[in-house]
Amino acid sequence: MLGVVRKKMLGQSLLKIRPAVSMLRSYSSAAKQMTVRDALNSALDEEMSADQKVFLMGEEVGEYQGAYKISKGLLEKYGPERVLDTPITEAGFAGIAVGAAYHGLKPVVEFMTFNFSMQAIDHIINSAAKSNYMSAGQMSVPIVFRGPNGAAAGVGAQHSQCYAAWYASCPGLKVLTPYSSEDARGLLKAAIRDPDPVVFLENELLYGESFSVSDEVLDSSFCLPIGKAKIERVGRDVTITAFSKMVGHALKAAEILEKDGIDAEVINLRSIRPLDRSTINASVRKTNRLITVEEGFPQHGVGAEICASVVEESFAYLDAPVERIAGADVPMPYAANLERLAVPQVEDIVRAVKRACYRSVPLAAAA
Amino acid sequence: MALSYLRSSSSRSANLLRPLSSAASLRRPISTDTTPITIETSVPFTSHQCEAPSRSVETNPSELLTFFRDMALMRRMEIAADSLYKAKLIRGFCHLYDGQEAVAVGMEAAITKKDCIITAYRDHCTFVGRGGTLLEVFAELMGRQAGCSKGKGGSMHFYKKDSNFYGGHGIVGAQVPLGCGLAFAQKYSKDESVTFALYGDGAANQGQLFEALNISALWDLPAILVCENNHYGMGTAEWRAAKSPAYYKRGDYVPGLKVDGMDALAVKQACKFAKEHALKNGPIILEMDTYRYHGHSMSDPGSTYRTRDEISGVRQERDPIERVRKLILSHDLATEKELKDIEKEVRKEVDDAIAQAKESPMPEPSELFSNVYAKGLGAESFGADRKELRATLA
Repeated sequence: MLGVVRKKMLGQSLLKIRPAVSMLRSYSSAAKQMTVRDALNSALDEEMSADQKVFLMGEEVGEYQGAYKISKGLLEKYGPERVLDTPITEAGFAGIAVGAAYHGLKPVVEFMTFNFSMQAIDHIINSAAKSNYMSAGQMSVPIVFRGPNGAAAGVGAQHSQCYAAWYASCPGLKVLTPYSSEDARGLLKAAIRDPDPVVFLENELLYGESFSVSDEVLDSSFCLPIGKAKIERVGRDVTITAFSKMVGHALKAAEILEKDGIDAEVINLRSIRPLDRSTINASVRKTNRLITVEEGFPQHGVGAEICASVVEESFAYLDAPVERIAGADVPMPYAANLERLAVPQVEDIVRAVKRACYRSVPLAAAA
Repeated sequence: MALSYLRSSSSRSANLLRPLSSAASLRRPISTDTTPITIETSVPFTSHQCEAPSRSVETNPSELLTFFRDMALMRRMEIAADSLYKAKLIRGFCHLYDGQEAVAVGMEAAITKKDCIITAYRDHCTFVGRGGTLLEVFAELMGRQAGCSKGKGGSMHFYKKDSNFYGGHGIVGAQVPLGCGLAFAQKYSKDESVTFALYGDGAANQGQLFEALNISALWDLPAILVCENNHYGMGTAEWRAAKSPAYYKRGDYVPGLKVDGMDALAVKQACKFAKEHALKNGPIILEMDTYRYHGHSMSDPGSTYRTRDEISGVRQERDPIERVRKLILSHDLATEKELKDIEKEVRKEVDDAIAQAKESPMPEPSELFSNVYAKGLGAESFGADRKELRATLA
C-alpha cells in the first residue's frame, strides 16, 4: 500500500464508508485513507449486514456509540436486539455470549479493555476455547472477543497489560493482532466468519491512525487469512517481528537503520495464534538475525516463543543471538517519564538491531 | 395368574391379560395407557414472587411406568459406574447422581428436545434423559471411541447437541451464564423454547450466577435456573456456605419455586409451570429439594460430613424410585413382579452396555490433535517432544 501513486477517485465519492458492493468495480490502485476505527466499524457493519446471526454485545456499545466509537451507528442501523448494552459484569455477559455461540449464534463481545477480560477469562478459556475438543467436535464456538489491548497513555498498571501471550498459549483459541486499517478490516471480518473462538486484540492508540486502503480492502468481501504474517518491509540484514502498535515502531526503526546501512525486514505478525512460524523462519534464514518486539511483559512472552521457534528450526542460520525487545518487567507506572521507560521505544529496537549486527558499543559487563 | 410383560427393544407394546379389577372395565396394556390420573404431590410448592402451581398433577399409567423404568435405569447405571471406578476402569473425576433421578426424569416429561438443558459435572443421568445411550455413557467414562465425546471429554463433558443438551461443565457455576446464553439464542431465533440451567447449592453462591440472572431479567430471557439442592456443596453443608439457603428466593426480583425434588411428578409440574412462565415473563428459579446418596465424587466417601443415618433415612422416606413404585402399586397399574422384571431388564441393559463399552477401543493416537479447532487452517500443533510428534490441524 505504501508508495502507491494516488489517483483521483472517479464516480462515487466515498465520504463515509458504506458496505455497498459493486460487482462491476475493478480494483484500481488508487489509495484512500481510512482510520483503524473506521476500518473496524465498517467491518462490523458489513458482517452484521451479511449474516443475521452476528450480534454485538458489550459495555456502551449501543447508545453511547461505543466507548471508543468503534460501534458508532450500529445500534441505529441494527436495533437493540443485535447491538446490546450490557451491565458492567464481564463474567456474566461473556458467559451468556459463549452460550449463545453454543446454540449457533455468532457473538462479537467487546471488552472495554482486555484488562477486564480477566474477569471473564474462565469463559474464554474453559467454556469457549476447549469446548470443541472436549466434545469431539459437537460444540464449536464461533465467537469473537475484541477490544483494546496493551498500554494506552497514562492509564496506569491495572489498565495497561498486554494479553497476547496469555491467550495465545491456549490451544483452541485464535489470537489476532491487527496493525493497519487493512489488517483491522480483513482480520475482523475473518474472525467473525471463523467457526472458532477468536481473541481480537486491538490497540487504543491506533484507533485514530490513518492508513491507505485500496479498493480491494474496501470491498465487503475482503478478508485476510488467519495465521499468515505480512512482510511490511522487505530487508536483507535483520528480521524484526512485531505486532500491533509495535509494527509502527519497527518500521520507524527500519528507516533509521537504513541510514546506517542496515536493511531491516519487518514482519507484521497479524496472527499470534496460529503463529506464522514458516514466514518468520524463512525470513531469519535469509537475514540470519532476529529481533522480536512486543509491548507485553517479557517473561514467557510472544518473543520468547518466536525465539525458541527460530532456535529450534533455524539454529544453523543464526549469526547472532536472538534478541527480545518487550515491555519492562514491572507493572506499568503512571509518571510520564517512567511510562516511557516501561514501553519499547524506537531507539530500543534500533539498539538491539545494532547489537545483533555487531555494530554497537560493547555492553558493560553484568555484575 | 401369571402375567407376561413382553417388551421388544423397538416398541413398547405389552401383552397383558388381567382379571377385572375393582375398576369395572378391562384394563388396557399399561405401557401405552394414557388414561389420565391425577396425583397430588408429596408436599405443596412454596413460591416467591409468583403464584405456586397446583399440587394436583396430571399423569397417566404410561408416564408413571416410564418414570419408573427410566429412574431404575439411571440408578443402575450410576451404581455400575461406582463399581467400574473402583475397578479403575474409570479414572479422574466421577460424580454420581443416584438419589437425584427424579429431577432429570420429571424435567424431561415437561419439555421437548427443542428446549435446552445445561448442567455441571453430575451429568450422566441428564445426558441419558436427553436421549444419550448407555453405551455412549460407559464408553465415555472409560475413555473409549464409542463414548459420546469419543473419549476426549470424560465424565464431566458429556454433550448431545442434537437433543439440545449442552453439557457437561467442570467449572462450578460457569454453566449458568452459558445457559442464559442459550436462552438468549432461543429468544433471538424466536423459537418459543426455553433453557433449563442446572446448578447445585454450592454453585448458588457464585457471582456470575447473579450477573447472568440480572441480564436475563433485564432482557426477558426464557431462562429457568434450576438449583438442585442436595444440601451439600462438596463436603460443606448448605448452612455453612450460604447465609440464606432459601435458594428459590435468592433471585430477589426473579420469581422462584421450591419443589420436592424427590417427587418426579412435582418436578414435572414445576418445570411445566416454569416453561410457561419463562416464555411470557423471563427468568424464574426452581429449587429442587433433592439428595445424593454418594459423596460429592468417587473420591469422597460422603460420610465424614453427614451421618449414615441421614443417608439411610432419606433412602427410606424419600427415595424417588420407591415413591413411584408405591404409586404404581397402589393404583394397580402393574404388579410387584412386573416392576421387579423391569428392574431386571434394566440391569441387563446396563451390563450389556458395559460389556459393549469394554470392547470399544481407546482413541487412535492421532486423535490427540483432532478437534482442537473446527477449522484448523493448516496450523501446527505439537506433542511433548515437538521434534518427535507434531501435526497439521485440518
